[in-house]
Amino acid sequence: MAFLEISNIQKRFGEQTAVHDFSISIEQGEFITFLGPSGCGKTTILRMLAGFEAPSVGSIVFDGKDVTHVPTNKRNVGMVFQSYALFPNMTVAENIGFGLKVANASKDAIDARVKEMLKLIKLDALAERYPWQMSGGQQQRVALARALANKPKVLLLDEPLSALDAKIRISLREEIRELQRELNITTVFVTHDQEEALSISDRIVVLNEGRVEQTGTPSSIYNFPRTRFVASFIGTLNQLAGEVVDTALGEIRVGKQLMITSNPLDDLRAGQKCTLAIRPEAITLDGAGTGKNTVQTVVDDVSFLGSIVRIRTHLGSEVLSMDVFNDPNQKLPARGDTVALSFAFENLLVLA
Amino acid sequence: MNASTKESRLGAWIAMAVGATYFLLPLIATFEFSLRMKRGEYSFEAYEVVFGDPQFQATFGYSIVMAIATILVGVLLVVPTAYWVHLRMPKLRPLVEFITLLPLVIPAIVIVFGYLRMYNSSSIIPLTGSEHATDFLLICSYVTLSLPYMYRSVDTGLRTIDVRTLTEAAEVLGANRATILLKVIFPNITSAILSGAFLTFAVVIGEFTMASLLDRPAFGPYLQLIGANRAYEPSALAVIAFIVTWASMGLINVFGRNRHTKPTR
Repeated sequence: MAFLEISNIQKRFGEQTAVHDFSISIEQGEFITFLGPSGCGKTTILRMLAGFEAPSVGSIVFDGKDVTHVPTNKRNVGMVFQSYALFPNMTVAENIGFGLKVANASKDAIDARVKEMLKLIKLDALAERYPWQMSGGQQQRVALARALANKPKVLLLDEPLSALDAKIRISLREEIRELQRELNITTVFVTHDQEEALSISDRIVVLNEGRVEQTGTPSSIYNFPRTRFVASFIGTLNQLAGEVVDTALGEIRVGKQLMITSNPLDDLRAGQKCTLAIRPEAITLDGAGTGKNTVQTVVDDVSFLGSIVRIRTHLGSEVLSMDVFNDPNQKLPARGDTVALSFAFENLLVLA
Repeated sequence: MNASTKESRLGAWIAMAVGATYFLLPLIATFEFSLRMKRGEYSFEAYEVVFGDPQFQATFGYSIVMAIATILVGVLLVVPTAYWVHLRMPKLRPLVEFITLLPLVIPAIVIVFGYLRMYNSSSIIPLTGSEHATDFLLICSYVTLSLPYMYRSVDTGLRTIDVRTLTEAAEVLGANRATILLKVIFPNITSAILSGAFLTFAVVIGEFTMASLLDRPAFGPYLQLIGANRAYEPSALAVIAFIVTWASMGLINVFGRNRHTKPTR
């Protein structure tokens, strides 16, 4: 049995079902992210893990112990909230030591642990500050230290970076990941930010309307989205309407153009309509080659985005965008030019 | 600065002067009258008489004790209620607000007659049977009377903090509800509780109807008694009562600035 086992949980609020039959096994020390848009049920699952909500059906097991109906204050989980939730009447040190004080730890033990945690988050000098005397990033680091001070079995992170500005967000997410690895603590992270999820997680669970769309490593989620929702939610993706020609050969027609995919077409039959997807960065301007589809498209726009340049083209009524790395020596096509775009057979995905 | 701005400023000053005169003139007159006990000279004779009167000391002391007890019971009743409404039953907030406003709508005399009917010596709960029990009934009636002020202050305080998230943060750290209330919620709404407490104090210290009809030796009935029988002492007492109320208001302002939260400008 995995360290954290969620089995067939459902959550209903009156007539509405927020989470449908959700199951997952999470290993000790794993960093897992629930990713999805607002209202997809990710926070509800996290709240059920914390004990703030009870599942309508199903069970939650931490380290072999069924905690489905165990109250929050007896679960030994750590949690970091989007709004920091530091106690305004307490100093940084008091905030970090709160959980230990509640657990009746000795003053010496509390002091030692608070010191250790402050060192861990590199805020040793701010022990006597009140929350309002610190920046958002510092407050969230204190919240993280407070959550970890009691040595929880599971760390729950509820969009902890959303309220921070871009630079702090990136540095803090690296810090969180580093700490998580160092302490080898099982962590569940909730976010609607796909970049955050891709950069920090061991595994990602993509949720939509209370259901799991796909579970996998960041690379598999990004490179091989299984559903249209995942494809459109994670990164930028070209989606083309096609019609299956030959399932054995992987041939699909898009407009007048015949394309080949090396991905299986097992669930489809000849003549059936389907949606094809291809990442902009999988397309190149280097023309034909073995194992590649090549299509002639007309350039609609060239956008300079710093490190990359996005070229938007059209193929009949379908829009096909591609990304190339910015290279000052490279000659880019101009609007109205006809260009030959190519992409490998395996990069042409077929969505369910 | 143009002419219309000057005019509007002048208008504002005139309105303020009229308002201040309306309020201050009777007060100054009362104060001036209270100083004229000795013929032909100003003195604090009336105040000396009042402060030297053992009945004043007894009734004022009694009312202070009642006020403190009322504050304690009020805080213990209102804070958990308002907290629970914020946390679990926000939809009930309008109903609770309505209930807490009732004492402003129902005259004190109606409430006290209701009490006398419900808790008289021949009822199941004979709270008028002994002095201590009547004191308890008086405290309960004061709690009712001060409910609008106490609830509003505490409710305003709770609105300034994120009750739900703070509660959840404490719960996750192992705290139970009592610890959360005592260590997290109370300290963060201290200034609001103190505001409610001082308002309650000001209400209780001069209250007449309840104390009089329950026949308790409070400061309100004493004020009425002196007012009916003496000339200068009632004015001195009125000024003292004003000072007590103003001191309470001043203390609200002093404690209104929360030590732990960012000062607002």
